[in-house]
Formats: sequence, structure tokens, C-alpha cells
Amino acid sequence: MVRDIALGQYFPGKSIIHRLDPRVKIALTFVYIVFIFIASNFQSLGIMVALVFGILLFSGVPLKLYFKSLKAILFVVIFTSVLNLFYGGGTTLVRLFGFMEITTGGVINAVFITIRIVSLILFSSVLTFTTSPTELTDALERLMKPLKVLHVKVHEIAMMMTIALRFVPTLLEETDKIMSAQKARGADMESGGFMQRVKALIPILIPLFVSSFRRAYDLAMAMECRCYHGGEGRTKMKVLHAAPRDAAALAFTGFLCAAVVFCAVWFPPALS
Amino acid sequence: MDYIRAQDVTFSYEEMETAKQREVLHGVSLSIRRGEFVALLGHNGSGKSTMAKMFNAMLLPDGGKVFVDGMDTVDESVLYEIRRRVGLVLQNPDNQLVASIVEEDVAFGPENLGVPPAEIRQRVDDALKAVDMYDFRLNAPYKLSGGQKQRIAIAGIIAMQPDCIVLDEPTAMLDPRGRGEVMDTIRRLNREKGITIVLITHYMDEAVQAGRVVVMDNGEILTDGTPREVFAHVELLKQHQLDVPQSTELIYRLKAGGIPLPDCVLTPEECVAALERLLRRPE
Repeated sequence: MVRDIALGQYFPGKSIIHRLDPRVKIALTFVYIVFIFIASNFQSLGIMVALVFGILLFSGVPLKLYFKSLKAILFVVIFTSVLNLFYGGGTTLVRLFGFMEITTGGVINAVFITIRIVSLILFSSVLTFTTSPTELTDALERLMKPLKVLHVKVHEIAMMMTIALRFVPTLLEETDKIMSAQKARGADMESGGFMQRVKALIPILIPLFVSSFRRAYDLAMAMECRCYHGGEGRTKMKVLHAAPRDAAALAFTGFLCAAVVFCAVWFPPALS
Repeated sequence: MDYIRAQDVTFSYEEMETAKQREVLHGVSLSIRRGEFVALLGHNGSGKSTMAKMFNAMLLPDGGKVFVDGMDTVDESVLYEIRRRVGLVLQNPDNQLVASIVEEDVAFGPENLGVPPAEIRQRVDDALKAVDMYDFRLNAPYKLSGGQKQRIAIAGIIAMQPDCIVLDEPTAMLDPRGRGEVMDTIRRLNREKGITIVLITHYMDEAVQAGRVVVMDNGEILTDGTPREVFAHVELLKQHQLDVPQSTELIYRLKAGGIPLPDCVLTPEECVAALERLLRRPE
């Protein structure tokens, strides 16, 4: 039950997207996030949507998985787009309760925001599906390296992220087990008011914490046994080095960004 | 030549509630030769796990000395050298895997040692093949069975190219099939790669597979010898609430009942053969 989380799970593969340098992928994700908000009319937005769908198809990840990650944020999408229906000018289409009105501008707004959120989620899903957690943390470690000057413990942060990601499924499984064990002892977790349900979580959280500390102790020992002593003098099996394809990806994205900016300026904005 | 040598090792834990010192090792001396397969037996609290952590300097003796390949474990300048040579595999496979991808976890040890990337790749592939898990190199550990996870943990040690692997009850949390997988792997590593194995276990049937059995009781060594020698002393082991292999036990009891049977029987096969001989014997 709790194990059904698609968001942030790696799907091993050999596609061109998989093989891109994770640093490039992270950078491109940021660029995408910025440009999806620069795209202010349907022409420029169209380029962004085409880009994300092109990447989806090239990623070699089953489309089903993308739908799964979209389902997780379905509520947010519906909520924001419905809210947006009532904002914006233009001619009034429907009038509700005398004071709320859906306008043409509102509809455009809603469509826009939906496309934006969906593209955003899809693009970041591509990042997490095609990049292993270790690659991801590696890349972040490298991208954050300049922060070392400010005495930020970059390696330690990356190690913490790696371990956290590694233990998510383990702890979820454990939570399931503890819940079943408490249910078998007669714990009631489904009924009662909000406060009662929160209270019902305590007998689950306490054993979970206790066992997490025990795991942490074991893991620390296992890491020491394997000669872990921080980032000093450490090497990596997978060295990140940019290949021609990374340069190509950057150039291609740069070109598309220019196109987006051009369209955004040339065509009239769709948003009021 | 002795690879690991412990001399009169004493060690005390501080008890949490009372802050009193409790001595768990009372002057243990033990030598392990290169290439040996030693099973270390004893029930809970016998000091066997404490002893295991002495071998790779996870714990340091209060009194006495531990040498690994001639290096004193107290000497901090050789700490990582010792830990590289003597790998420790723990009981719970879930708690010793660091990365979310099998091959990246196996690479963790060599990465810490500062091995060049291309060589790490080679070592990881070799280590995964050695434990027969190469096909799973891109999997996530949580999707594997207990026995498979434990073999990954062993591969993570092998990738550091150790001389010796100490396994602290590696099969305690596994099902019979996983236990078999892990035992096969350990035996193969010992035989084919000449890696010294120290297996801590409370399964007597696993101890029988070792070349030498050391029994610890109450912080001291009770007996030390080949499985045949050690399990011949059924009374001694029973006095200390220790088991013997089931086959040994059966033959021992039959003999106690006056049935003529050979002296020390270790494996089910030997047991069957002995009984067959007895029953086929012309009156």
C-alpha cells in the first residue's frame, strides 16, 4: 500500500537520456522550470510541451510510470486550475452565485497553469526516472562544490541524501509491518476523529524510531568496516565527465530556449 | 604463519543502567592461520561477536594484543589497512547496504580506499561474479531476497580485496534457502580464492562445514579443534548448553542406549551410512 510511490524512483535503462551527464540533466531541469514560466503564449508553450514529450519518448521509460507520477499530483492540478478559472479578464462565460464569474481569460489561465504544472512534473520525473539516486546525489555534490568555500559540508550532505534514499523503501516496508503488528494487537487506526487518528499513529512511530536508530547504528558500523572516513581521499566508480552528447543536449536546449523567447516576444501574450 | 593473533585479550563493556564495567572477554588467546575456515561457536553472551570486532579493530582490547598480519590493531596509522584486509559482514543484510543500486553499493568500499575508477569497475564486476550476483548489478537491493542481499554485502567486502572475511551470524535472519546460498558462497571463496574465513554462527550444521571449530563460553575458549574433535565431546558441549549437529546427537543417544555405532558422526550422510551398516549387519 505505502509502497506505491512512483515519484522519485529510478528506472534502469540505457537510453540517451539515461546516459546524459546527471549534472547536465539537473541544470536542464532548472532551465526548463524557468522557461516554462517565460513561455507566455501558446506558441512558446507549444515548444516546451513538444520538448517534454519528445524527451518522454526518448527516455525508454514506460509511459505508465509517468501517468503514475501525474496521478500523485492530480489534486494539486485540479485545485489550481479550478481556482484559476475565476481569475482573469475577458468576456464572461458563466456566472456563479452572482459574484463568481468564469471568463475567457480565466479559462486560458486554467489551461495554461495545467499545462505548466503537468510539463513540470513530467520533466522532473524524467530526471528522477533516468538518473540513479547515486548519480543524482553525485551530481548535486559536484554542483554544490563551490559552496565548500563557505564551509558547507558538501560530501556529508550528499552522503546523507544517498542513505536517506536508500532507506526509504526499507522504512516503508517496516512501517507496513509495524502497522500490521499493531492491528493484530487490536490497534484501531481507521475510525475516530482527527485527533484520535493522530494519536493512533504513536504506537507506530515509536517502534519505527527505535528500529531506525538501531539500523543507523548498524549501518555506521558497516560503513566503518568498509573504511569509510568522509570525503577525504575518496574516489568514485562512476566519474562524471561530459560527453559530446551533453554538449549537444545543452546546445539543443539553448536553441529551444531562444525559440521560446522569440515566440514569447513575437506573438501576442495569451495571458492578460 | 598466523594471520590473526589474539593474545590474552580482555574487554569490558560499560553497562548502561549501572555504569558498571562488565568483562566479556577474560584473556582470550586465539591464532588464525592464513587460508583457514574457522567457525566460532558459542551461545549469546559468550563473547564471540565481541571477539569478531577485535579482528578488524572495530573494538580494541582493554588488555592484551591483537595482531592482524603482523600489525597491531591499536596502531591508528594502519587502521584502514587492517579494515581493508579483514572485512566484517554483519547479521542484518538490510542495515549494511549503503547505496540504492547493487553495483554502487559494492563500489562503496573501494571508493573509500581511493582506488582509481577503472579499477573499481573491474573489482565490482569480479566481486559480483564471485558471489554469483552479477546479473543483479543494476537492481535495487530492497527488491532482493535476504540471501541475495547478504551475498551483496559479501561482494562489498570482496571488492576491497581482503585476506580475511569475518561473518557475524550472517545467516541468522535468512530462510533455509538463503542460508544455503550464503554458505556455498563462503565455502567457495575459501576454497577458490584462499580467503581466510571466520564464521560466527549458532547453527551447528554450518560449523561442521568449517575446517576448524572454536567454541567460546563465558568469555573464554572452551575447545578448539577440527569439527570431528570438537563434536566428539558431546557431554562437554551439553554442560555448557551448547548444541551438537543433529546427526551427532542422534548417534550419540543411540550409543548411550547401548547400540554399537561409530564414534563421531557429523553429517546426515555419515549418519545414514552408519545406520545402514548397523541395520544391514548379519545377526
